[in-house]
Amino acid sequence: MSDVQFRFRDDEPVADPGVTVDVFGAQSNAAAVRLEPGDDARDLLPYLDRIKLIEVNFPTFTDGRGFSSARVLREAGYTGELRAVGELPVDHLGHLRRCGFDAFAPEPPLNPADAETAFARWDNVYQATGDGRVPIWAKRHG
Amino acid sequence: MYKYDTYDQAMVDTRVEEFRDQVKRRLEGHLSEDQFKPLRLQNGLYLQLHAYMLRVAIPYGTLNSAQMRVLGDIADKYDRGYGHFTTRQNIQYNWIQLDQTPDLLAELAKVEMHAIQTSGNCIRNISSDQYAGAAADELVDPRPYAELLRQWSSFHPEFLVLPRKFKIAVIASETDRAAMKLHDIGIRIVKNAAGEIGAAFYVGGGMGRTPMIAPLIREFVPLDQLITYSEACLRVYNRYGRRDNKYKARIKILVHELGKDEYTRQVEEEFAHLLTQGIEPPLAELERIKAHFPDPAYDPAAPDTLDRSDPDFALWVDRNCAAHKQPGYMIATISLKPVGGIPGDATGEQMRLMADLGRDYSFDELRVTHAQNIVLPHVRKADLYALWQKLDAAGLGTANLDRIGDIIACPGLDYCSLANARSIPVAQKISERFAAKQADLGELKLKISGCINACGHHHAGHIGILGVDKKGTENYQLLLGGCEGDDTSLGTITGPGFSEDGIVDAIDKATEVYLAHKQGDERFLDTYRRVGMAPFKEAIYE
Repeated sequence: MSDVQFRFRDDEPVADPGVTVDVFGAQSNAAAVRLEPGDDARDLLPYLDRIKLIEVNFPTFTDGRGFSSARVLREAGYTGELRAVGELPVDHLGHLRRCGFDAFAPEPPLNPADAETAFARWDNVYQATGDGRVPIWAKRHG
Repeated sequence: MYKYDTYDQAMVDTRVEEFRDQVKRRLEGHLSEDQFKPLRLQNGLYLQLHAYMLRVAIPYGTLNSAQMRVLGDIADKYDRGYGHFTTRQNIQYNWIQLDQTPDLLAELAKVEMHAIQTSGNCIRNISSDQYAGAAADELVDPRPYAELLRQWSSFHPEFLVLPRKFKIAVIASETDRAAMKLHDIGIRIVKNAAGEIGAAFYVGGGMGRTPMIAPLIREFVPLDQLITYSEACLRVYNRYGRRDNKYKARIKILVHELGKDEYTRQVEEEFAHLLTQGIEPPLAELERIKAHFPDPAYDPAAPDTLDRSDPDFALWVDRNCAAHKQPGYMIATISLKPVGGIPGDATGEQMRLMADLGRDYSFDELRVTHAQNIVLPHVRKADLYALWQKLDAAGLGTANLDRIGDIIACPGLDYCSLANARSIPVAQKISERFAAKQADLGELKLKISGCINACGHHHAGHIGILGVDKKGTENYQLLLGGCEGDDTSLGTITGPGFSEDGIVDAIDKATEVYLAHKQGDERFLDTYRRVGMAPFKEAIYE
């Protein structure tokens, strides 16, 4: 498993690796779960209060289902760690963050300076995505 | 038309810097071509057969004269003196150097233009009716809604890695001039029984190898839910659209496989959820955008008569000009289809001339059409003759709008790395062959694609041509009966394909069948629909 390279949380990281959604359903004490692109994030909604870490796997950067998984989880009120793992191009970092990810375990790891630039790239955003950033339309209309 | 504020400008400027950084990393070897490809594609940069091709967005096909002038200057400075207007109302340059693209984009940004999301698996440039704001038959100007969607779809973080590209069209007229139902989402702005304005959503249309006409999934979305509903449509697609096969990844396949009703049910469920999330801009934002699209300052005293004494001019008016909502004005289409020319191509010099004419005769506004022509939307009838003389002198006065010579053609194997056959030489041969016969054939829309991806809209041509590769030789299939308008239909293949010369002969035979069977004012399409394929097939393969 790849290491967390970027994290935007103050709490202690969960050390346990996430279990699959199938195992998670049967194992009532697991606090970490790993979503694959084909998994339905909404299957986790009944358990959100006991989950501390959700890893969303990007086996390939061309599969963007994890972007929606992240938003679905945040929209449902999930406040635990949401970690993007797998093939994460540096240019996706800012967008992943906007979808609700707050930890990143890219494989292969990224150049830290490039990543810093990417996270800070967009001063303004056009959409409300529930990440707390004020969209341009809201700024226009105070 | 829409004018950027400091936010819009900053977004585009930021993108230029981001792309400059990406190009630098590529040139320095920090990014492999595989890693760079999706990045450059989201910025409209393709690697074609001979060079990089850059596609520049022209949102909903509207541009001002300063923008058109810059497009002409870019053709001269960065390309080989010309550009190619596309069926998505954009422009492409075919001979671009990678290291020059950041500077090129910076020049575009100075006139509020960009290449954002003109390719890649994301929401593409929003297209619209080229007569928007001028058409006599429109309910409202559709462009403010398209601009609202443009901003929402630009860098939408959830929808930048979709299963496949995603195209949206917005219209607000009864007459569909934008092939709306052949888009991933087609939106028609409508008025409901209560007199309120809203949006009808057609989802799951498209061309490509599996052409589909989009079904209506919702008759009326209130304007203060437009973005939320769009987001619901996209989210269901991003989550469940197929990713196992690139040819089955468009939303049309999802809608088809789930069935319209089940897709709609899922969208409605997602929509109900998203309505609780506060993602919709306030109506004040739509009003702010609308204020950018006022009617031009028409001359109320503009004479509503036309001096038709010059027969060539009268012909051009009849062919290329359309009714305007304002008395004393007309909508003029500049054909980029001279006899024997390359459909949609214009030289830098022609672009600058069109820019000047847009400034002098059309309140500084021009439009690009999905049929690869240019429109001057607001021309005083009294100015039409002077305008036509200037166009004619520059080789831009061809009177063939919607005639057989007004061919839609993709770049084909002359440029495109996906193509199986050349499109341009076939278009040129057809254009030359039928120039004399054109007047007798009436409205006849002919569309050519050089491969199954259907960029040349062959499924929607009254006559469609599809170039295929048959054991290493270019071969052309013939389709009849397609139509992109209100009565949208998909063409049917006549039978075995033809050689490059054979396809031109086959079309000649098809037009003879039409002329022999034509009743009254029937168009080619009407006759075909009435008599069916049989007599055409018989004549073509006799």
